[in-house]
Amino acid sequence: MPDMKVNEKHVTVGKQFHDDPRMTMRNVNVFYGEKQAIHDVSIDIGKNEVMAMIGPSGCGKSTFLRSLNRMNDTVEGCRVEGEICMDGESLYNTKLDVVELRARVGMVFQKPNPFPKSIYENVAYGAKIHGLADSRIDLDEIVENSLNKAGLWKEVKDRLHQPGTGLSGGQQQRLCIARAIAVTPEVILMDEPCSALDPIATARIEELIKELSENFTIAIVTHSMQQAARVSDRTAYFHLGQLIEVNPTEQVFTMPEHELTEGYITGRFG
Amino acid sequence: MNNSAENLRRIQKSLKKRYFVERCFLWSGRAAITLGLLAVLVLFVDITSKGYGAFRSTEILLDIHYDADALGIDNLHDEKQLAFADWDVLLKNALREQFPDASGRKERKQLYGLVSNGAGFDLKERLIANPKLLNTSEKVWIIADDDIDTYYKSWLSGDPYAERMSEKQIQWIEVLDEQGAIALKFSKNLFTRGDSREPEQAGIWGAVMGSLFTLAITFCLSFPIGVAAAIYLEEFAPRNRLTDFIEVNINNLAAVPSIIFGLLGLAIFINFFHVPRSAPLVGGLVLTLMTLPTIIITSRAAIKSVPPSIREAALGMGASRHQVVMHHVLPLSMPGMLTGAIIGMAQALGETAPLLMIGMVAFIVDIPQGFTDPATVLPVQIFLWADSPERAFVEKTSAAIMVLLSFLIVMNMTAVWIRKRLERRW
Amino acid sequence: MQASTLFIIIIGLSIFGYFMGQGRALALAKPLGGIRKLHSLPSYYAAQAALFCALPAIVLMGLWLIFEQPIIDSLVMSRVEAGGLIESKADYNLALNRVHNIAAGVLSREGQQSVVLAAADNLNAFRTNARLALTLLALSLSVAGLVLGLRRIRPDFRARASVEWIMSGLLMACALLAIFTTLGILLSVVFESIHFFRSVPISEFIFGTSWSPQTAIRADQVGSSGSFGAVPLFTGTLLISAVAMFVAVPVGLMSAIYLAEYASRRTRTLVKPTLEILAGIPTVVYGFFAALTVAPFIRNLGESLGLDVSSESALAAGSVMGVMIIPFISSLADDVITAVPQSMRDGSLALGATKSETIRKVVVPAALPGIVGGVLLALSRAIGETMIVVMAAGMAANLTANPLDTVTTVTVQIVTLLTGDQEFDSAKTLAAFALGLMLFVVTLCLNIVALRVVKKYREQYE
Repeated sequence: MPDMKVNEKHVTVGKQFHDDPRMTMRNVNVFYGEKQAIHDVSIDIGKNEVMAMIGPSGCGKSTFLRSLNRMNDTVEGCRVEGEICMDGESLYNTKLDVVELRARVGMVFQKPNPFPKSIYENVAYGAKIHGLADSRIDLDEIVENSLNKAGLWKEVKDRLHQPGTGLSGGQQQRLCIARAIAVTPEVILMDEPCSALDPIATARIEELIKELSENFTIAIVTHSMQQAARVSDRTAYFHLGQLIEVNPTEQVFTMPEHELTEGYITGRFG
Repeated sequence: MNNSAENLRRIQKSLKKRYFVERCFLWSGRAAITLGLLAVLVLFVDITSKGYGAFRSTEILLDIHYDADALGIDNLHDEKQLAFADWDVLLKNALREQFPDASGRKERKQLYGLVSNGAGFDLKERLIANPKLLNTSEKVWIIADDDIDTYYKSWLSGDPYAERMSEKQIQWIEVLDEQGAIALKFSKNLFTRGDSREPEQAGIWGAVMGSLFTLAITFCLSFPIGVAAAIYLEEFAPRNRLTDFIEVNINNLAAVPSIIFGLLGLAIFINFFHVPRSAPLVGGLVLTLMTLPTIIITSRAAIKSVPPSIREAALGMGASRHQVVMHHVLPLSMPGMLTGAIIGMAQALGETAPLLMIGMVAFIVDIPQGFTDPATVLPVQIFLWADSPERAFVEKTSAAIMVLLSFLIVMNMTAVWIRKRLERRW
Repeated sequence: MQASTLFIIIIGLSIFGYFMGQGRALALAKPLGGIRKLHSLPSYYAAQAALFCALPAIVLMGLWLIFEQPIIDSLVMSRVEAGGLIESKADYNLALNRVHNIAAGVLSREGQQSVVLAAADNLNAFRTNARLALTLLALSLSVAGLVLGLRRIRPDFRARASVEWIMSGLLMACALLAIFTTLGILLSVVFESIHFFRSVPISEFIFGTSWSPQTAIRADQVGSSGSFGAVPLFTGTLLISAVAMFVAVPVGLMSAIYLAEYASRRTRTLVKPTLEILAGIPTVVYGFFAALTVAPFIRNLGESLGLDVSSESALAAGSVMGVMIIPFISSLADDVITAVPQSMRDGSLALGATKSETIRKVVVPAALPGIVGGVLLALSRAIGETMIVVMAAGMAANLTANPLDTVTTVTVQIVTLLTGDQEFDSAKTLAAFALGLMLFVVTLCLNIVALRVVKKYREQYE
């Protein structure tokens, strides 16, 4: 049984940095009030890379993901320290606007959360608030493109004006992805996007993630190791708020460097 | 991405405007809150500033000689003599003695107008309480007329209101003030008397007693009935059309305008059942029907908050459903029910409109002694006084409102206290 | 015997029955080997005896007291009617009143018709007899119930089931009271309204534009035929309610949004109860405030702006009513806004929407059904609000949409028509019931629609 205690002076093993990073995180600490949820995490996410974050529940991977587009701002008492940069610009610097940041770093949530509006309105929402379309035709085009990219267009093109909440779970999640794509982000964060879905819908989303990785940088938190293995280029293993290991996915699942990682992927705890 | 950079430029361009809208929105929210809080503040300050004066009334120190001859009395135990005696003579004599300069009918009348019309009866009570006073003299603080009261208070605050005062009266008051023979005293009348046409004689005690009798009936009927109905609906009612219909009725009755309940009381209780008009009995019945929905709804919430595990445990011991309710559910939900009942009573205490319909709006001087005596209640008294033209009644009305509000505050605080102290969190 | 004395005696008998029953049950149990040999606990046998003793007698008493007066009246008046004195309903009531007053000794017997005097004597005789009959019947019923209850005490008798059955019935009766109240409201307003619509056609009432309910005492007086066109009342009510909603909806909604979405927990716990004070203040206090503080203030303000403002303007009454309704709207809106799942907000914020965009375009639309329901409930309350308008709005039935003018409302007219002593059956008082019917129907529709909408909305997110 590996030692599960938090190591005060911990060093992340593996290849945590990237040559062509889109996002760089250095010495990130996240606190909820007095409680520290993330301890001193440093990692890069490369351009057009799919980064998977795995780890036992409560290890802070979702918290970490949410600090990448400052969604933690909405949580009362949450504090982020350290440096998180995107294309060399610091996110927690007052200069970078949070609206702009979130338009550039999209997010897909654990449970599909379409707005109680029509499918069309759901996808058009981001474009409308940001003023990305000059005309109705532009907007139609954005909606169609995004739904196409999310692989949903064929299924919903005849019922664009029906409520988005009427779709199946998998379709709803793809709708949320389409909604995120519509504002042309550079990075998409996905917080366990398949945990509420059945296996077939999950497979469809995983396929979609692979397709999207051609155009987007993706960070995905997942509790399914198989999923991480199937979709990601690199995998980061979190344990009790610490980043234990980052390595190319194949390596993590075949010969992990750290004993905690090994313990987790061989199912000794989780 | 193809047009990512273009989009980014657009977003950056839109930011200024959007943040402006954001700030406007936030500030309109703050403005709304401020407006609401301001309304509370203005209301309380306005009422208090108008009403605090009524707790003290102007009294004049006079040297009263209880002259048996002037009164025409020889036996203090003879009711008839006492009733027919002209008590005001004592006051008139004392006033003339104090201000011999008043000459002529007009000035005399103004002089006698310094003290309240009903002040003679206070002297009668004094004399009956202490018969030895007959044919002796004493210094007594006599309650002043309402116009004098208004003038003296405004004069003290440096902004005299002399509309209804004569030159002479103003002089006399200045003289009295120099002698220290005019002063503001705690207004006992306000808390011990019933209504009166004379503002300085009018009090809220009659209305308070009326409210008390009315609320007693309301509580005795609406609490048991409301709790019983809530128990039935939560614990025994089958899920069927009738139950649904009862629920729709309760929810709707909770939102029916209160004046409609007054119409019901007038048509059914008074005109059909011949319950005496203007009495606390009929008022209590009407308010019972009005508060029942509130009590049923809060009691149901209290019953719902008792976890099913307790019922299951008792049922598992072989208790009948009635025993479960009586031994477990009812005691555990009692604090919640009491809270609801107090809130319902507070609502009933402040209610006016339905009581106007059933004749509780009459001018009643006597303090009601029972459930079928004609009575009025505190809010209706406020309504009546607010309608009176005398300036002094504005002060009285505000004071009555302050009393009513303090009753309500105490009731609501008790409800909060019960909820905090006795209610169990599951 | 007085009804109250009788009631106390019956209750006393019932308590006596309880202890008798308990004693009997214990005595029965003793030779059998303790109370465990009985089907139910002794207290159930006792309660059964007590209920048997009290319930039938009290039900009889209640029914008797309800129907005694009308029956006696009709018996007494049948002779008077036969005497040919009665020509109309009003005559009937007058005669009935006279008979009552003579019987009670309030009115002197001198100079009255002999039929009336005979009727008064009859009335007193009937009353005495009826009371005697009631006393005897109730007491015998009570004693019979007691005996029956005691005789039913046997070891194998299922007293608990029996008592619980009766208790369930009583509980249900309490719940049914809600239906009877609604029924009572309907009966009281519908019957009198039908009377009213016999003398004033319903079309004139609903579509007529002139309201002056003074019916003259003499036929040759000016304006002797009162006109009962209620349109000015409806528009007046709507005008004042509109002013109230104009104040309450934005303020209430924005405070709810601010408290739910922006305010810190501390501010929330401080501000929310303070705002709710407004809901607990009696309406008569608002009326006083409106009439004495707000109305003069608005009139002076208007004067300084060169506007002609009535001293009983719809604006004054309406705005104070709006203040009263603020907490009503804000707490309902707060409930529905906090019920919108956080994931909706996250979804919108994650797309880069600002907070206000999220609220305006996602949260409020999602909560809209609930908000609309709350606003409808508030509107129903504004329409039915009485004291503020009685004290601060006028009596003049003006047909106007100018909030600076004085208007009157349905509730004001109901109060004016019914306060003071009036002949109950005059068109004037009946008109009040017709207005009451209108008020009830309108608020009922609003309430039902609103409660439906709110309920549906709650189910959506539960």
